[in-house]
Amino acid sequence: MIIQAIVFLPLIGALVAGLLGRSIGHRPSEFITTGLLLIAAVLSWVVFIPVAFGDGLVGAVGDGHAAVLKVEVMRWIQVGDMDLRWILRVDTLTAVMLVVVNTVSALVHVYSIGYMEEDPHRSRFFAYLSLFTFAMLMLVTADNFLQMFFGWEGVGLASYLLIGFWYTRPSATAAAMKAFIVNRVGDFGFALGIFGAFMVLGHIDFDGAFHAADEFAVTGLPVIQFLAWELDAMTVVCLLLFMGAMGKSAQFLLHTWLPDAMEGPTPVSALIHAATMVTAGVFMVARLSPLFETSPVALTVVIVIGAITAFFAATVGLVQNDIKRVIAYSTCSQLGYMFVALGVGAYSAGIFHLFTHAFFKALLFLGAGSVIHAMHHEQDMRNMGGLRKKIPITYAMMMIGTLALTGVGIPGTNFGFAGFFSKDAIIESAYAYGGNVGSLAFWLLVVAALFTSFYSWRLVHLTFHGSPRDPQHHGEGPHPDPAHAALESHDEPINDSNADDHGDHGHHGSAYDHAHESPNVMLVPLYVLAVGAVLAGVVFYGMFFHDVEHIEHFFAGSIYVDHQIIEDAHHVPTWVKWSATIAMIIGFASAWYMYIRRPDVPGRLAASNPGLYQFLLNKWYFDELYNTIFVKPALWIGNAVWKGFDDWLVDGKIAEGLGRRVQNVTSWVVKLQSGYLYHYAFAMLIGIAALLTWAIAAGGLI
Amino acid sequence: MTLPLFFFYVFAAITVASAFMVISARNPVHAVLFLILAFVNAAGLFMLAGAEFLALLLIVVYVGAVAVLFLFVVMMIDVDFAELKSGLLAYAPIGMVVGGILFLELLLVAGSFVIAPEVVGAGGLPIDVTMENTRALGQVLYTRYVFLFQGAAAVLLVAMIGAIVLTLRHRTGIKRQSTAAQLGRKPSETVRNVKVKSGQGL
Amino acid sequence: MGLEIGLGHYLTVAAILFTLGVFGIFINRKNIIVILMSVELILLAVNLNLVAFSAHLQDLQGQVFAMMILTVAAAEAAIGLAILVIFYRNRGSIAVEDVNMMKG
Repeated sequence: MIIQAIVFLPLIGALVAGLLGRSIGHRPSEFITTGLLLIAAVLSWVVFIPVAFGDGLVGAVGDGHAAVLKVEVMRWIQVGDMDLRWILRVDTLTAVMLVVVNTVSALVHVYSIGYMEEDPHRSRFFAYLSLFTFAMLMLVTADNFLQMFFGWEGVGLASYLLIGFWYTRPSATAAAMKAFIVNRVGDFGFALGIFGAFMVLGHIDFDGAFHAADEFAVTGLPVIQFLAWELDAMTVVCLLLFMGAMGKSAQFLLHTWLPDAMEGPTPVSALIHAATMVTAGVFMVARLSPLFETSPVALTVVIVIGAITAFFAATVGLVQNDIKRVIAYSTCSQLGYMFVALGVGAYSAGIFHLFTHAFFKALLFLGAGSVIHAMHHEQDMRNMGGLRKKIPITYAMMMIGTLALTGVGIPGTNFGFAGFFSKDAIIESAYAYGGNVGSLAFWLLVVAALFTSFYSWRLVHLTFHGSPRDPQHHGEGPHPDPAHAALESHDEPINDSNADDHGDHGHHGSAYDHAHESPNVMLVPLYVLAVGAVLAGVVFYGMFFHDVEHIEHFFAGSIYVDHQIIEDAHHVPTWVKWSATIAMIIGFASAWYMYIRRPDVPGRLAASNPGLYQFLLNKWYFDELYNTIFVKPALWIGNAVWKGFDDWLVDGKIAEGLGRRVQNVTSWVVKLQSGYLYHYAFAMLIGIAALLTWAIAAGGLI
Repeated sequence: MTLPLFFFYVFAAITVASAFMVISARNPVHAVLFLILAFVNAAGLFMLAGAEFLALLLIVVYVGAVAVLFLFVVMMIDVDFAELKSGLLAYAPIGMVVGGILFLELLLVAGSFVIAPEVVGAGGLPIDVTMENTRALGQVLYTRYVFLFQGAAAVLLVAMIGAIVLTLRHRTGIKRQSTAAQLGRKPSETVRNVKVKSGQGL
Repeated sequence: MGLEIGLGHYLTVAAILFTLGVFGIFINRKNIIVILMSVELILLAVNLNLVAFSAHLQDLQGQVFAMMILTVAAAEAAIGLAILVIFYRNRGSIAVEDVNMMKG
């Protein structure tokens, strides 16, 4: 019952707020959805705490090592001998995800009450948020591929709705469509992967599929014949599934939608595009770890893509000026870390990072939202600065988030923020994996950690430290960031379009002067998340990474646990253990040097390396590349089909052409119909003659 | 050549000749008169075939009613028939073709037909040679074909009413007798008593 | 051709009458009165056929049918002439050329 409550309370909230929102008003909608989410969050912890600190999942059916609780909701599909049931599957992995999703979601609901205070469509917003939560819960409680796909598409839909929440802005609708369409690419692969898994494994429920995958160890791996190729079936299936994960988790090549998704309201970014939905890919790979373990090739791809994403997104994050985009690229980068962990076999480390990342990244996003709220929807960091005195609480929260994200801690001790434990676990696992791939991933991750530290501190320095730089405040203030001076034209469109939802403020004075601390309803969620960002690492380190026995006991068979890699990761050389920390310190120091000590350095650096700077600022030109490779040809094909096929052939020749032919013929035929009586009489007589002729020729009319 | 055959040829020749004159006469009055002639001679052909009643019917109905109706209409309508004759032969070629085809085919049938053996004597109403044609027709017409007869009567009735409805017109601006109004008058509406003073008048 | 009046004789006469009627419609296309008379000729040809077959097959049905055709022909002539009269009354002419409203 408790499981059903967790899953369906958000749905009830969504339905109430969505269908009745107009009649019951905004305030009741907010309270109902938020209240139901808070209940669901508390219940999630009720489920999770026995798993983490007690005897394991309450009510779970133990099967040797594995403990899983299945709650059947209904029989779903019966086709042939396939009997598919809608089952809420709760094991440790799901319990972790339930906690993450419901906690962050509940906090975001609370936060949104403050953040969205002036929006005229708040009840719709809360309905979408709750709908998203429900879809995400469906995803994490899936017991079979189809349920997972349902949740997968459900979160995609909710994400689309929420990114395009301010649908009057063209940029928001464009971003929503981009997110949806890029996700379609991944989902196409995911759907194919599901089909393939069903074809190869013969089961669509997870237990059956895993069992079948286990048997491959005995019977040998199946092979798919495609054209002239002989492909390892499991590799194909896993790569297709991973393609879905790449789309949903914004991995390299399919990452382009995530930064644009920042067009949505900031709480949405925190909930969907940082803490929960984008981690669905990580969750999926972890959930399907028994399948992925059968294909080393697929795992290698996961490592490589993850490592490249971590590095790539970090480099782009270095130069972004929009506060939300910096955090978005940071999210992208951190997701890369998680995938590296999954790829090397340290699934628990990946989930660990997912867990901790949800707290500190949601904290950062909500903190950024608080900053944006304070600055009256100003998002460009170049126009901020010195906000530390104006919004001290937000500053403190953002500091905690930054410390957690950059992974501050002392290696070898149990002292550190959440990110320290999980990120170091991943970096050590990558090193322990060894080989070319492991080394590549290790070094990319270390460099990414340096960049992470740099851009995080750059964000803090630009936003909170220094002196106010918004144009009205200091007409000709110093521009510590090069982009402001050199690249005025490359202003993110996100900035100016934000004016309309806050237009009644009419803040023509200095945004800095008007900056104000957010109300408590927005600050309390920050406190809670800050607690998580500080403690999530140290408290849960033992379960997720510290000790193999402990991990195995904790996860109870819900993911694959590779003893070797975790043991190896604990015994890496000391310099490896320190590498991330050192990278973090270097990043911090250089950020401090460039933005506090010598604010003119970045400008000169950018001026001396314009190519590199432009390359990074334009996000490695991925949007332009895709524009050229996909969008333009698609447009061209569409245009050709539209003008050539549809307009010219179908409309012009077939539809209108036939119509014109008919008109021609009839206008000619209509002359037969002269209106003269005797013409009709003639026609009759000619008809009689013809009929008679035919009758005689054919030998009778019968 | 037997006498009936002789008469057949006479009637047939006159019928065909007058039919030709019907379609070719310049004056429609002449055409109607030739039509009458054709019908009378066709009645003779009917008579030769033993259909005495039909023959007389043809004369009574066609000559006495229909042809006279034609004549009446032709004479009533004052039309410049010469104008109507213009362009007489414009469609003659196609008429020749269609008529020729029909004629040849009809002749083909007339010259080569064979009555199927099972049809002979299989008719529902064998002619009783001891009975006059009129009596025989009358006996079946009021018994066996009573509904057909009634139907024909209905057709004629509808035609009559239709012809009246079509041609009847109410002219405006003329005085008309209204019987109902005449009968419906009351003294109180029309007669009044007036005391006339002597020497004054009304 | 024998000395008796055969069915072929009648059929030939009927065929000639029918053809003349058809031809009459073609050449008198402007004169609706003559067209009506041509139709009467065609009907007469049909009647002649029916009567001839009736005599040949010794069956009275043909004559009954011929009578019905006479009835219908009479009705048709009456209605046709009535239409002609009111047409003339409205238009002052019976030229078929003027009647060209029967088209879409």
